Amino acid sequence: MNWTWFHKLGSPKWFYQISGRWLPWLAVAAVLLIAVGLVWGLAFAPPDYQQGNSFRIIYIHVPAAFLAQSIYVMLAVAGLVGLVWKMKLADVALQQAAPFGAWMTFIALLTGAIWGKPTWGTYWVWDARLTSMLILLFLYFGVIALGNAITNRDSAAKACAVLAIVGVVNIPIIKYSVEWWNTLHQPATFSVVAKPAMPFEMWMPLLIMVLGFYCLFGAVLLLRMRLEVLKREARSSWAQAEIRAQLEKTP
Amino acid sequence: MNPVRKKRLYIVLAILAGVGIAVALALSALQQNINLFYTPTQIATGEAPQDTRIRAGGLVEEGSVKRSGNSLDTDFVVTDGAQRVTIRYSGILPDLFREGQGIVAMGKLDSQNVLIADEVLAKHDENYMPPEVMQALEKSGMKQQHDAAKAAQDSAKQGYAQ
Repeated sequence: MNWTWFHKLGSPKWFYQISGRWLPWLAVAAVLLIAVGLVWGLAFAPPDYQQGNSFRIIYIHVPAAFLAQSIYVMLAVAGLVGLVWKMKLADVALQQAAPFGAWMTFIALLTGAIWGKPTWGTYWVWDARLTSMLILLFLYFGVIALGNAITNRDSAAKACAVLAIVGVVNIPIIKYSVEWWNTLHQPATFSVVAKPAMPFEMWMPLLIMVLGFYCLFGAVLLLRMRLEVLKREARSSWAQAEIRAQLEKTP
Repeated sequence: MNPVRKKRLYIVLAILAGVGIAVALALSALQQNINLFYTPTQIATGEAPQDTRIRAGGLVEEGSVKRSGNSLDTDFVVTDGAQRVTIRYSGILPDLFREGQGIVAMGKLDSQNVLIADEVLAKHDENYMPPEVMQALEKSGMKQQHDAAKAAQDSAKQGYAQ
């Protein structure tokens, strides 16, 4: 197998050039998908027969929860790459993705609480799904705090990578909590193998929103990583040339 | 892959496997405590403790809801298909509360195994549909089939959860 692309990815300069090309596409896709998904989901999708209009919070809640878990898996993969291949860019990705993941977890918890009050009759209940999601938020806080608390960059990268990898055990617990235990949270509406338990005009805007959130995450991550790469490579000639070129462009 | 990287990869995977096994053991030991509620079968077989606050969950039996005329007191029966538990509650029920709906009630069991609840939460299921579809289902008599299939599914799932 040819691993050149993988090793190339480790080069900050190459990453900076290629990400500059992807960024506008991701940003445009994110704006379009989220705009279409929001309008379709909030205004045109039919209300639910039991919950009425309050079910529409699903169009924020589910994409945020998807992202919260996916980003954590990404942190663990970045941590693994950083530990095993000593790739500096993996650490940049890990550090820069963590705050976005924490925000997504927070949004999922918050929208869930807002929806829970009218639907279940309570904002919060200590069931397995909600509790494991709260633990995910604390894991994100842990990764962010650890990265900021250790001044030596290499030790910080190692500590964050280990925490990210160990914490990934929580992800299958979140996913299967609704099946392993009695919870108040309902089981998943969507699965890879079965038809969704929802009609097309309800799940299509949701799918668009999920894709839009992924694109938004991609765009924000690239933007943050590019800035961090420039900061870390500030002494190299390519980075200085790039900064000079940017400065000349903006009078 | 060069040997140093391979070794590091194995160390990381070994740590992950170790933590995974530890968490799995801890969770299986805590199995009963993580469940949010006891099913009516568990209450009937005496698995649920007396004289302490517990949660009971299941489907509200059709035709079992009795509201008092001059107060907020409501009596209803919760079932998992095999056993039934009577629940007495005084207060405002959540919007989703209705016959056939899954609910979770928190309170104490009295001597006749009636749960005196001080909190009733409605449990939503994973199915969503527009109101027109539901009306059409009701008209064509499909709803009974749908509900029966769902109840069977739910009780099978609850049996599995134990």
